[in-house]
Amino acid sequence: MKYTSQAVAKPYFIAAIALFLGQILFGLIMGLQYVVGDFLFPAIPFNVARMVHTNLLIVWLLFGFMGASYFLVPEESETELYCPKLAIITFWVFLAAGAMTVLGYLLVPYASLAKWTGNDLLNTMGREFLEQPLPTKVGIVLVALSWLFNIVMTVLKGRKTAISLVLSLGMLGLAVFFLFSFYNPVNLVKDKFYWWWVVHLWVEGVWELILGAMLAFVLIKVTGVDREVIEKWLYVIITMTLVTGIIGTGHHYYWIGTPAYWQWWGSIFSALEPIPFFMMTVFAFNMVNKRRREHPNKAAVLWALGTSVMAFLGAGLWGFLHTLAPVNYYAHGTQLTAAHGHLAFYGAYALVVLTMISYAMPILRGRAANPEKAQIMEMWSFWLMTISIFFITLFLTGAGIVQIWLQRISPTPMSFMAVQDQISIFYWAREGAGLVFLIGLLVYICSFFVKGDSRAIE
Amino acid sequence: MSATFTKSMARNVFYGGGVFFFLLFLALTFDTMKVLPKRDNSQNITPAVAHGKKLWETNNCIGCHTLLGEGAYFAPELGNVYVRRGPDFIKAWIKGQPTGVPGLRQMPQFNLSDMDIDDLIAFLKYASEIKTNKWPPNIEG
Repeated sequence: MKYTSQAVAKPYFIAAIALFLGQILFGLIMGLQYVVGDFLFPAIPFNVARMVHTNLLIVWLLFGFMGASYFLVPEESETELYCPKLAIITFWVFLAAGAMTVLGYLLVPYASLAKWTGNDLLNTMGREFLEQPLPTKVGIVLVALSWLFNIVMTVLKGRKTAISLVLSLGMLGLAVFFLFSFYNPVNLVKDKFYWWWVVHLWVEGVWELILGAMLAFVLIKVTGVDREVIEKWLYVIITMTLVTGIIGTGHHYYWIGTPAYWQWWGSIFSALEPIPFFMMTVFAFNMVNKRRREHPNKAAVLWALGTSVMAFLGAGLWGFLHTLAPVNYYAHGTQLTAAHGHLAFYGAYALVVLTMISYAMPILRGRAANPEKAQIMEMWSFWLMTISIFFITLFLTGAGIVQIWLQRISPTPMSFMAVQDQISIFYWAREGAGLVFLIGLLVYICSFFVKGDSRAIE
Repeated sequence: MSATFTKSMARNVFYGGGVFFFLLFLALTFDTMKVLPKRDNSQNITPAVAHGKKLWETNNCIGCHTLLGEGAYFAPELGNVYVRRGPDFIKAWIKGQPTGVPGLRQMPQFNLSDMDIDDLIAFLKYASEIKTNKWPPNIEG
């Protein structure tokens, strides 16, 4: 560790992994409820499990982004973090807010939670992914601002690199677009229109800047390739991200009451959205091939390459699969959407956070890389999780295609619930793959506790 | 990438491209807001509809159902349920939950008053009359 203040990243990473485990457990509960409908009912109804599953995902990724930036920005800026104490306070505030929110979901009926937390003052709850009570939403804004402030102040007092600049821009966008979660008009079309300004402009916009910056940082470190080359790539990739992704928001505006011209804008621009992801794959493999050093942390290289490939498959390919308006007319709101969501979030965001953790955690524990035995275990966990999420995606894709056929194309369309019965075999298979994913995650967690000869830090 | 294309050129293209396409997006948004009243059925938003939307949200209906195709994929699409089932069926259905049939998906009992359910149905009726470019493909949602 070059700067002692980088150590604040460690609790963020530990919290991220713990919440990740929680996310997967609730995912397994939901997966079983798809086929054993009354499982855990009424203790944990499906909608509650889903809120916990998706909200934990968002929160652990945010923990990962924050930890990653507290680790990488001092190193990029060649100076200590502006205020490590603030980073630690922010950590505990965010963890407490996150824990209380999840407990609120689990222990209190949602309508009562809304009533007790001031939803009558300002209606913001009960919209997908933005289910958090008002105080939590305000807390997220404060945490994001504290994070942004700390990082920007660090960048300002030290060396300014493209990586820290792009990362800061991504964080600024994250904070700004989240403000639209406070806008919830009665007009359902406007509600949905601006809801996407949080959801789409986060995951297909500003989050990709954060992703690109983190990936570029790790690639510089593990390959030793010239910073000029890597940062040029970074700019070109995120240019394509914004050029395609901003107007690409239009692929959500086909069927929600917005004008039909969005079918053209959305189809054309979102069809180009795989390009930046493909460039990212080419970029990562190129840099690793041109490496000027053999970094002892082989696992980190694997995670980085894995991110570039799986992000392309999940966000790029599976997104393209149903993004053209004539296809989306049939695919909209089916299991195909769920298939894309799972692989895209894993490939792009879960993996990039795990890449950063894999690179940074050994250093935070006082060594350049983990012992070989630990690294082998970590690589096993990569393959177990990556292959099983890929199978989850394949099974949900199968479910989606059959669902579309039986419910929307066949000359004698079946009702939603009748179709769900027909495709239960896919759901069982998905649950099986989910169990393998859990095993992979447990192997991952165990890898942190493997002892052996650790190489001394350079 | 070639040496004539420098990092600072790449940075300028990034800023230029990002700003241009965001401004284009704002322009399209502006136009959308202008033509929306012809499509969004907002003339039929009554206090009952507004209250119905709030009930829709505070009972987290989106956690299982889709509305105009967005939400969870665990339970049927409700954007057109008013047309598919009609108000009486919807009312009886909400009151009759959970069915308690072993092994089948269960919808919770939300203990809504008759007036609440009427408002929720008013909201679903309003939603079903939004011009969605003829989505969903058929009545099954």
